[in-house]
Amino acid sequence: MTALRASWILPGLAVLAIAVALTGLTVGAFPVTLDGFFRAALNFWSGDLPQTAEQRVLFGIRGPRVLAGLIVGASLAGAGVVYQGLFRNPLVSPDVLGVSAGAGLGAVIGIFLSLPVFAIQALAFGGGLATVGLVYLVAVAVRGRDPTLVLVLGGVVVGALAGAAISLLKILADPYDQLPAITFWLLGSLASVRGGDLWNVLPAVLVGLVPLVLLRWQINVLSLGDEEAKSLGVESGRLRVIVIAAATLITASVVAISGVIGWVGLVIPHIARMLVGPNFERLLPAAMLMGASYLVLVDTLARSLGRIEVPLGILTAVVGAPFFLWLLWRGRHGWS
Amino acid sequence: MRIEAHDLAFGYPERPVGRNLNLTVETSEILCLLGPNGCGKTTLFKTLLGLLRPQSGRITLGSDALTDLPRAKIARRIAYVPQAQDTAFPYTSLDRVLMGRVAHRGVFAAPTRDDRRIAQASLAELGIAELATREVTTLSGGQRQLVIVARAMAQAAPLIVMDEPTASLDFGNQVAVLAEIRKLAARGTGVILSTHDPDQAFAVANRVALMQDGVIVAQGTPSEVLTPMRLKAVYGVDVTVERLSGGQTVCAPVISQS
Repeated sequence: MTALRASWILPGLAVLAIAVALTGLTVGAFPVTLDGFFRAALNFWSGDLPQTAEQRVLFGIRGPRVLAGLIVGASLAGAGVVYQGLFRNPLVSPDVLGVSAGAGLGAVIGIFLSLPVFAIQALAFGGGLATVGLVYLVAVAVRGRDPTLVLVLGGVVVGALAGAAISLLKILADPYDQLPAITFWLLGSLASVRGGDLWNVLPAVLVGLVPLVLLRWQINVLSLGDEEAKSLGVESGRLRVIVIAAATLITASVVAISGVIGWVGLVIPHIARMLVGPNFERLLPAAMLMGASYLVLVDTLARSLGRIEVPLGILTAVVGAPFFLWLLWRGRHGWS
Repeated sequence: MRIEAHDLAFGYPERPVGRNLNLTVETSEILCLLGPNGCGKTTLFKTLLGLLRPQSGRITLGSDALTDLPRAKIARRIAYVPQAQDTAFPYTSLDRVLMGRVAHRGVFAAPTRDDRRIAQASLAELGIAELATREVTTLSGGQRQLVIVARAMAQAAPLIVMDEPTASLDFGNQVAVLAEIRKLAARGTGVILSTHDPDQAFAVANRVALMQDGVIVAQGTPSEVLTPMRLKAVYGVDVTVERLSGGQTVCAPVISQS
């Protein structure tokens, strides 16, 4: 790849994300022209009242939703990149340490107890963090084995336990009221995101991103494996804790508002790696921009394809699974 | 700078590997470690690099106990060329070599222009400058090995541990790496390498340590240590050691006809 082409990829991806976001804002059950959008935006900033229907749709409903799509997609793809590098395995997704299973269990408990939305989100966030914390404690307790292997197996075990608890609650839940809410949450959706949710999530995502950006070269070295990283002067044990904590914080925050959205954190890092290579310095921003575009695009499809909204997790799987098979079929380029 | 092991016992918690080991390597010298498969060479190396805790005894690196030093400090004093690389991700050779510079910079830093220059120079030194932009996954085993040697050179530590650095190389590249090891020592780097080829020990080593079942059975100059009797005792084969007219000493197995 020539240097010139490489240097245009990141700005190109940024432009793509903006274009997709504008598309997401204007397309939908209440179509808005691009011209109408800019006029509405100008009026909104100048504070002219009363609000038009356009403004209510754009800034009350669609705007937060598109922003949420950008944040959630970028976060899941970014976390996927981090976990794949950390575990030196391109088939790892952000759920590998059980963050989604834990967040799912937290949210399902909240729905089961008929708690308010904010409490459900808080429980999901806490459940995700607690599950990964538990997996990490298990890994620390098991000494003398390959730490990354123990982490993955711990994630599988604890994730399966959380899955069992979720199934139990589904059986016990009220089938007319709670069960649909649980199912919908577990398939992921941005339909219920409001502006206020973004302010709860954004700081946590940024707090998680800061160490990942600062430690980018150490994280590159960590992807060579524990021993090699140590011999190059990286305190790999400590670094692994920081990186897992940061990626988990990011994932748990966005899962709390969006529910479980699969495939984004698995497929997007692959495509990003094919475009810009494995160097974390460029891979992280590339994957985040692509994840943001991808999720807004899929969410726009989800709400405009049919009369009823298709849950996001279904669409990302329908798009992601064949794409992943295609990656396997065309060869192992980009990851091995 | 020197690394010293005193009365070292090493291995894994449930599996002790070696004991009673005394070893010193200084800058500008080449110590060659020979011994059959599974005798504990790699485990010893990992212990000397601080990747495994000694089970007893102590290791000093410079004026400090190895166990007291932070990783970055160890990495600035002793570099590692590990065996058999598996590469999960297609980093370019240059990026791979740049990772050798990470101990010289702060934890938040990215490689500087200086680091790039040093990395390019290491690649050029080994005659593989043209591989800089190639992805390591597309390289042959031998080229990959050379990239790792280049990385150890970029790490600019006064001591280097090389675990069978010539194992996957063709004949020409073996000689190239051996020549590079000699050059490194001439410039003041201390090298500890393991090999299965006694000829390499004769060719480059100042001292040889012969290892068997985790114990160093003999240590000294190549011609003191690598006698037909000792090689027979350690490897179980008859060998003849000959001095060629050019001054080089070679070692050839006597393969029985029966």
